[in-house]
Amino acid sequence: METINEVIEIKAEQTASQFPLQGAEGVEVSGSVAVLEALIAEGVTAIFGYPGGAIMPIYDALYDYETKLNHILVRHEQGGIHAAQGFARASGRTGVVFATSGPGATNLVTGLADAMIDSTPIVCITGQVFAHLLGTDAFQETDVINITTPVTKWNYQVTDATEIPAVLAKAFYIAGSGRPGPVLIDITKNAQLQLFDYKGYTKCEHIRSYRPKPIIRKEYVQEAAALINSAKKPFVIFGQGVILGKAEKEFAAFLEKANLPAAWTIMGMSAIPTDHPLGVGMLGMHGNYGPNVLTNECDVLIAVGMRFDDRVTGRLDKYAKQAKVIHLDIDPSEIDKNVKTTVPVWGDCKETLPLLTELLQANDHSAWLQKFADYAKEEEATCIRPELNPTTEALTMGEVIKTLNELTEGNAIIVTDVGQHQMVACRYAKYNNSKSNVTSGGLGTMGFALPAAIGAKYGAPETTVVAVIGDGGVQMTIQELGTIMQTGIDVKILILNNQFLGMVRQWQELFMEKRYSFTNIQSPDFVKVAAAYNIEGKKISERSELKNALKQMLDHHGSYLLEVMVGKENNVFPMVPQGCSVSEIRLK
Amino acid sequence: MNKEEYTITVYTENQIGLLNRIAIIFSRRKINIDSLNTSPTEVESVHRFTIVINETEDVVRKLCRQIEKQVDVLKAFYNTEDEVVWQEMGLYKVPTDEVAEKVKVERLLRQYGARAVVIRKDYTVFETTGHREETDGLIKALEPYGLIEFVRSARIAVIKDSSGFHEKLKSYESSAPGDELIENEFLNQQEEIFTM
Repeated sequence: METINEVIEIKAEQTASQFPLQGAEGVEVSGSVAVLEALIAEGVTAIFGYPGGAIMPIYDALYDYETKLNHILVRHEQGGIHAAQGFARASGRTGVVFATSGPGATNLVTGLADAMIDSTPIVCITGQVFAHLLGTDAFQETDVINITTPVTKWNYQVTDATEIPAVLAKAFYIAGSGRPGPVLIDITKNAQLQLFDYKGYTKCEHIRSYRPKPIIRKEYVQEAAALINSAKKPFVIFGQGVILGKAEKEFAAFLEKANLPAAWTIMGMSAIPTDHPLGVGMLGMHGNYGPNVLTNECDVLIAVGMRFDDRVTGRLDKYAKQAKVIHLDIDPSEIDKNVKTTVPVWGDCKETLPLLTELLQANDHSAWLQKFADYAKEEEATCIRPELNPTTEALTMGEVIKTLNELTEGNAIIVTDVGQHQMVACRYAKYNNSKSNVTSGGLGTMGFALPAAIGAKYGAPETTVVAVIGDGGVQMTIQELGTIMQTGIDVKILILNNQFLGMVRQWQELFMEKRYSFTNIQSPDFVKVAAAYNIEGKKISERSELKNALKQMLDHHGSYLLEVMVGKENNVFPMVPQGCSVSEIRLK
Repeated sequence: MNKEEYTITVYTENQIGLLNRIAIIFSRRKINIDSLNTSPTEVESVHRFTIVINETEDVVRKLCRQIEKQVDVLKAFYNTEDEVVWQEMGLYKVPTDEVAEKVKVERLLRQYGARAVVIRKDYTVFETTGHREETDGLIKALEPYGLIEFVRSARIAVIKDSSGFHEKLKSYESSAPGDELIENEFLNQQEEIFTM
C-alpha cells in the first residue's frame, strides 16, 4: 500500500504534467489517517501507546499502517511516555505517545513533567470526546489541555480534522527545536473521524511568535573568551545542553584548546567520555569531591547548557561567589535565573562553542588541574575504595557497577531509576558514547527506568541497554514487563535490592535520628515475577557469583532480570547536605 | 531591591488557552496579579495583555522571560509607572434622589471629571477615568451619599517610548530574523527594552 502522501505526490506529478498551472488535487481522508501520515512524514519509527474509546479511530486507521509505523503496546500510559522519553534520550529524536482521553491522558502527566524539566522532545497525541460533548462531563472527558499546560512546552486541542497536518507539523517543530520539550495534541473523536480534503504534509520550519535560538551576540563571545584567557583557575560545568545541541565534538575541542577542567551534571553525563582527561567528575549533592569544593575556589566558572539546579548548587548564597560566571544557554530565561551571570552567551552551543574556542589561547593550567587530582585522591581513599572494593560481607552497589563496567567496557546505555542506585550508577558507571546515560534528573521520577529502558532500546537497537533499578522504583512500573514479554525486546534489568527505600532511609539515618518511617519495603520474588512474564532471571547475594551472573545477563539472548542483594544500610557519599554550601561536602 | 508597581505588556497570538499559560506563570510563583486586561492591538491578529503587579525588578524581569518563552507569545515588556501612560475606569452607582438633592455631589463629580452614563428614577451611574487615586478618591467622596455599587476596570497602558508593533512583526514573520530582533536579547538592559 502507498501512503496517502505518496498518492498525493503521484497525483501531483500527473496533474503537473497535464495541467502545469494547477496545483495538486487533494485526497479525501479521515483525520486519523492524516495523523498517521504526519508521523510517517516526520520519520517516526516507534509509537508507544495504549488504546481507548476516544482514540479508537486513530487505532482503527493504525490497523492498516502496521507495516509502516511501529506501535508498541505498553501496559500503562505512564510506561508509554517514559518509554518515549527513553527513546528520545537514547536516539536524539522525538518520542511519540498515543493515549486515550480522561485517565489515559492524566496518566501521562508525570512523564510530561519529567520531560519538561529534563528538556526531552516528546509529542503526545491524546484522544478526546466529541467536540459537542466538551465541558459536559462526558464519559472519560477531562480537561487535558488545562491539566497539562504547566508541564508542556506547547499544547493544542484539535476539533476539526483540517487542522491536523499543520498542527502536527507545528508540534514536531516545537518539541524538537530550541530547548526541546514535550508537546501534547488533544484530538476530539469527531476530528479523528471527519473526512477532509487532504493536500499533503508540509514540515513546519518557522512560527512567527517562536524563536528557538536566540541570536548570538559576538561581543559577549569576545568578553567570555577574554575572561577565560585571563583566568588562572577556570572551571567548566556542563549539562544536557551539550548533548541536546549535538555539540559533543565542539565541546571537547573547547576544553582541549585551553586545558579546561570540566565537571558534568547528572544530565550532562556522557557528553564527553567519562575517562576524558579533562573530565573531573560529577557535580552536585552526590557528585565528586573536587568539583564541588573547587566550585568555590575557581575564578571563572563557565556553565554550558545547564540550569543551576539546587541539587547542583547547594546553598545559593554561598555558591561560587568568588567567581565570574559565564553562562552559555539556548534559553534566555535561564540566564540569571538562579545564579547571577557576568557574561551571558545566548545561543545554540553548537554555534557558540566554536566561536569561543577560536578566541581561546592555548593554556596549560596544570597546577589547577592538579588540585582536582589531589581532591580525587582523597575521595578515592575515603569514599571510592570502600565502595568499589569493600571489605564488608554484603555486596555494595558500587562494586556491582564496577563489575558491570568491566564487562560492558563503557559501551552500554545505562538507564537508571531514582534513588541511591541512581547516584551510585552515575558516580561509577563508565561511558564512552554520548546519550548513554538515561535517567530522570530534574523530576526524580521513581518508576522511570524500566519503561525508559524499553524505549532506549528502540532508540538505539544496536546498543546493549541495562536498566539499573532499585527494589522500590521497579515496583512502581513493573507492569511494563508485559511490554517486554509481548515485544520480545532485549533489555537487561539489574535490580539492586537493599530492602529499603534507600535514599530516604539514608536521610532518616543522617538527619532524623534513624527514625525509619515507612522506608522498610518488602518486595515480591522478582525472579518469579519475571518468570511469569516469560523473562529469565536470577537472584544473587554472594560476591563470588557477581561477575558470572552479570556476564550471564549480558550474554543472554533477549531480556534478562538479575536481582542483586546488596548491603541494607549503605549510604551514598560524598554528600552535600541540603541547605549547605558545595564546599561543605561530607566524605562520610 | 524594593517592590514597585510594574506594568507588563505582552504581545501575543490570539490563541485559546494562552491566558491560562500566562496566568500560571504568576500563580506558580505565588505572585498576585493586581490587574489584567486583554485587548486587540493596532496590528490585526496580534493581541495584547496588560498586567500590573507589585514586585522587585529582578522578579519582574524573570517573569517576562518566562512569559516570552511561551510559544504563542511574541514579546513581553515591563515598565515602571512613569514609563507608561495609563488609565483605569470606574463605574459608580448611587441613588438618584440623593444626587439630585445634594448640590455638593455634583461639584464633587465635576472635580473628579466624572459623567453620568445612566440616569434613572431610582439610581444613577457615573463613570470616571483616571489614575488609581482619582477613581479611589471618588469612592470616598460618594460613600456618604449611599454608593450602591462600584467597579473598576483593569488598567490599560501605552508605553511612552514605543513606536508600535507593525515593524517588529515584520521581522518576526521572516524566517531569518533581522536586526530588529536582536534587541530582544537585551531583556536585562532596561534602556534597550523601550527602543521598539
